[in-house]
Amino acid sequence: MDEIQKNLLEQVAGLHEVPAGAYNIRANGASVERNTTANIDIVTKDDKQGIDIVIKPGTRRESVHIPVVLSQSGLKEMVYNDFYVGDDCDVTIIAGCGIHNSGDSESRHDGIHSFYIGRNSRVKYVEKHYGSGDGRGGKIMNPQTVIELGENSFMEMETVQIRGVDSTRRSTTAALAENAKLVITERLMTHGKQYAESSFQVDLNGTGSSANLISRAVARDDSRQLFLAKINGNSRCAGHSECDAIIMDNAKISAVPEITANHLDAALIHEAAIGKIAGDQIIKLMTLGLTEAEAEEQIINGFLK
Amino acid sequence: MLELKNLCFQVPGEDTGEKEIIKNINLTFKEHSFTVITGPNGGGKSTLARLIMGIERPTAGRILWNGTDITEKNITERANLGISFAFQQPVRFKGIKVKDLISLSTGADKKLSIAAACDYLSKVGLCARDYIDREVDASLSGGELKRIEIASVIARNTPLSVFDEPEAGIDLWSFNNLIKVFEELHDTSSNSLIIISHQERILNIADEIVVIANGCVKAKGAREEILPELLSGTESCKYYQ
Repeated sequence: MDEIQKNLLEQVAGLHEVPAGAYNIRANGASVERNTTANIDIVTKDDKQGIDIVIKPGTRRESVHIPVVLSQSGLKEMVYNDFYVGDDCDVTIIAGCGIHNSGDSESRHDGIHSFYIGRNSRVKYVEKHYGSGDGRGGKIMNPQTVIELGENSFMEMETVQIRGVDSTRRSTTAALAENAKLVITERLMTHGKQYAESSFQVDLNGTGSSANLISRAVARDDSRQLFLAKINGNSRCAGHSECDAIIMDNAKISAVPEITANHLDAALIHEAAIGKIAGDQIIKLMTLGLTEAEAEEQIINGFLK
Repeated sequence: MLELKNLCFQVPGEDTGEKEIIKNINLTFKEHSFTVITGPNGGGKSTLARLIMGIERPTAGRILWNGTDITEKNITERANLGISFAFQQPVRFKGIKVKDLISLSTGADKKLSIAAACDYLSKVGLCARDYIDREVDASLSGGELKRIEIASVIARNTPLSVFDEPEAGIDLWSFNNLIKVFEELHDTSSNSLIIISHQERILNIADEIVVIANGCVKAKGAREEILPELLSGTESCKYYQ
């Protein structure tokens, strides 16, 4: 891999070197490095682009890294990654995509990640998106996440997109079985003329299932964002969605939370707030000696932390 | 150190004309002074404090800092000259932790040790271990937030600190500590303190007292001179009329 690819890899996966555990590194449309372990197998799909990640039941304290980097301008790809997580597992999965585009053609990565999680398992899934390069070509990512969460399982999903992606349409759908629990935190910042759309649909099917969906977003310059969160309570369950957004400059943000109770004991809450940085917050930090611009940066960094 | 010369502050009135909040105030605060500004509600005390910090700009008059005119200087410039300000109603921040705020207070370029941050919190009666990693957000009570605000000003250690009603929202135990904090600040450094307060016990530890009512200085002088009159009963107090 070259320096640009290494930099992308560091941004999206925090990797300086080859990671420990299982991994598959995809660069410019091909798998370049792979490692499997006794418990985690990675198999190339033969009918379409992508891989199957198969985690044996009872696998504990192991991790899988599957970063993707694109540095060739004009490359467009559609990749299917399917995760089969057995019963009684405790694993961390780190995905991410970095695009460097210094050319004039559009570079695009569309990834569909499907999770089939068994019973009594814990999965932490981290996904970071990053774009760099000053070419006129767009850097586009459209990630889709499909989650099937088994009985008594817990999944924590963390998504971050802070810089450089011109356009993103993100879709996450989840179906939860009995006593399954899902926590999603999203942090998103758009700038320039970027557009980001993030939609969630969570079906709380099993008795005792719960979901907490937290989105923190900042839109600067002329960027636009659309946040859609749909929670369906189909049993005795608890669902909560929260969209908290800071708007700056000439940006535009829409938040459309939707909750549907199809069961008497479904307890559902949604919250959405959009506003500019409070003047008092800037004043307070200025009294500590920060300039107005530094104060804004501190407030945004804290908000997206 | 700080001089207010013919300071005026007007806002547009409800009907016609301007409403005068501060009317031609002249005051001098010396180095290593401890002044409490008191007076009836709505008399202009907080506005005066905000004018000193640069949060509001005077409509007339000058503000001098060690002889230099700082009337046109903004909040950041005044903060860097050595003026600090504790808000009456402190601000909340999502995602910014107590240790971040204390660290920003001591100076962005200095790396603050956890132990040092804890010292500041302990001074205001907060068990540091429980607070250092908490966010300065709605999860803190009004009193906790107020004490963190005071700690952030103490951490700056500047030649002048202005506290706007530090006692508001603070429980009795913390209030006793607060008195000690102000006494210690005054005794152990050459910095100056200006405290806006209604509390007799804070008035009791001041060197100087200034009474502001209806936008004007009604009285100023040594504590021994002003306090007895204030305590003789506000009904008959000449300063409150």
